[in-house]
Amino acid sequence: MTSYLLQQIVNGLILGSMYALVAIGFSMIYGIVRLINFAHGDIAMIGAFTALAVMIVAGLPLPVVILAVLVVGAAMGLAIEFVAFRPLRGAPQVNGFITSLAVSILIQNVAILLLTAEPRGVAFPAFLSERIPGLPINIDLVDILIVVLAVALMLGLVTIVNRTRLGMAMRATAENLDVARLMGINVSRTIMAAFAIGSALAGIAGLMWSARYGQIDPIMGFLPGLKAFVAAVIGGVGSIPGAMLGGYLLGLAEVLFVGLLPPEYAGYRDAFVFGTLILVLLVLPNGLMGRAAEDRA
Amino acid sequence: MTGTTRGWLLAAGLTALGAAAVWAATASLNNYLLTLIAFAGINVMLAVSLSLSNGLTGLFSLGHPAFMMVGGYIAAILTFPANRKGFMLPDLPEWLAAQQWPLLPALLVGGAVAGLAAIMAGFPVLRLRGHYLAVATLGLIFILRAVVNNLDGYTRGALGLSGIPKLTDLWWVYAWVVITLFVCWRIKHSSLGRTMMAMRENEMAAACMGVPLARTRLMAFAIGAVFAGIAGGLWAHLVTNLTPTSLGVFLAFQLVVMVVLGGQGSLAGAALAAIGLSAIANLLRPVEQSTGIYGMTQIVVALVLIGVLIFRPQGLFGSREPGVLMRRPESSAPSRTAASTQTTHLEQRGST
Repeated sequence: MTSYLLQQIVNGLILGSMYALVAIGFSMIYGIVRLINFAHGDIAMIGAFTALAVMIVAGLPLPVVILAVLVVGAAMGLAIEFVAFRPLRGAPQVNGFITSLAVSILIQNVAILLLTAEPRGVAFPAFLSERIPGLPINIDLVDILIVVLAVALMLGLVTIVNRTRLGMAMRATAENLDVARLMGINVSRTIMAAFAIGSALAGIAGLMWSARYGQIDPIMGFLPGLKAFVAAVIGGVGSIPGAMLGGYLLGLAEVLFVGLLPPEYAGYRDAFVFGTLILVLLVLPNGLMGRAAEDRA
Repeated sequence: MTGTTRGWLLAAGLTALGAAAVWAATASLNNYLLTLIAFAGINVMLAVSLSLSNGLTGLFSLGHPAFMMVGGYIAAILTFPANRKGFMLPDLPEWLAAQQWPLLPALLVGGAVAGLAAIMAGFPVLRLRGHYLAVATLGLIFILRAVVNNLDGYTRGALGLSGIPKLTDLWWVYAWVVITLFVCWRIKHSSLGRTMMAMRENEMAAACMGVPLARTRLMAFAIGAVFAGIAGGLWAHLVTNLTPTSLGVFLAFQLVVMVVLGGQGSLAGAALAAIGLSAIANLLRPVEQSTGIYGMTQIVVALVLIGVLIFRPQGLFGSREPGVLMRRPESSAPSRTAASTQTTHLEQRGST
């Protein structure tokens, strides 16, 4: 029983790593432009397909794949910002929100058009799925890599946000966009940076998803994307450490919900996540680490 | 002639004109086209009822398909042939399994249950604002989908209910479109409607004028859900097949697009946008099939929406109705000022 529980906790941490990476992007973008980017989950899908193209089709090694996914993810984030969000800056919140939903549907359907809706298997190098010996539970090398890579990227992000001029500009813009502009901060560039960084992380989450679950399709990003938003809400939208915490908490809770309750409840997995969202928004509207800034409830 | 008499005459005339059009269509068009028109009608019902909450009250809900699912499943279970319920839906209680209702009471019960569901869901969800409300209502779709999937003794789960009797025809749809338009129009131009719009423009000011915020919000949400439930019932008896995934996020998106294109709060605008969007979808379908480019409809809809939001954010009609339909044509001047103050207000809100 303990090894079963341990196994579930490990699985939760792995899922949580992916949620956390996507949730960070939600929080960064929301923190600066006060906008939920619905298309954020679809960038994870693009990341997964980039990995497929670079690794299987072009046959390049893993570090190059990771780099390519980061670059393509960032480029997609910039493109979305430029095409859909920049023209709407200053418009009512709801418009930006509907637009991002439109972008999400656009990306999914263009992807279906170009790649067909058929799920594809992604074969990662065999050494990744080798089991770590000497453990009572089943952990593959890829699982360790996922968690390590996620934590490393998050540490890198925290360093950027806390230690660099760009990070300072981001914090200032999130604090107050107009005052930041008056202080000579290039707000447009800061917003672009937030989109690029957040989207690069979402792309990596997509790569991890395909490495862990082995199958990808053009609509794979939407539901996990929404769940990552739930994670961001749990942590407090706008707070980067909150998004990380929320991601891991939600990943653990979801896996434990399925793993510990009798099997007939497993089908309520999605219902559990969205029920949690409603509950958290009512009980703790600012999340665990968010600040009481604006009305969300 | 007083303005009121003019309004009633106009309404009666339009209804008769529509009935004549329906009669002409049923007499001359083939079944395929009639079905397409019926779908367009159902979309009109959905868009108009959604604009009560999304347009008039300013609650951004994506939950309409969830309430359609409630109404659709309830109505379908009620009209389902009693002799087939035994083995298809084994968990139904005895008294329910013996029932086989005609369409009208089934639709009404479906709508009522959808309304109740909206009130239950509304208590927690409607405390949220903006983005948060949108995601929570989207969550309702996923929650309901999980419930339907898992109560397979009542709903056949993921297999879906198939072989629902095909009871919906164009006349049914037309009658409900007229009822929906009539009720929503009366609401919009009643004190309740004014209350809703006051809330949309400035919640705090509305509260200071004595508007009961929570109750009004719940009313807008629940009345919209009743019509969504009825539309879901009509939908189920038109398609004759209902699965947990048939009413989903894309539908929610399309409905929101209709409300936004029509103008937030313009019922005629929402209805026209619903007709236009259904027409585009149906015109593109043969093109999709002949070129093999599936998903083109969604792409076109998404692009149109982005374009409208960038270049005409207030939609086709803003919050107004086309002048001919108003009771006194000469009184359209004040409503225009109201619309323009609304835009400036929205701009102010956006820039903060």
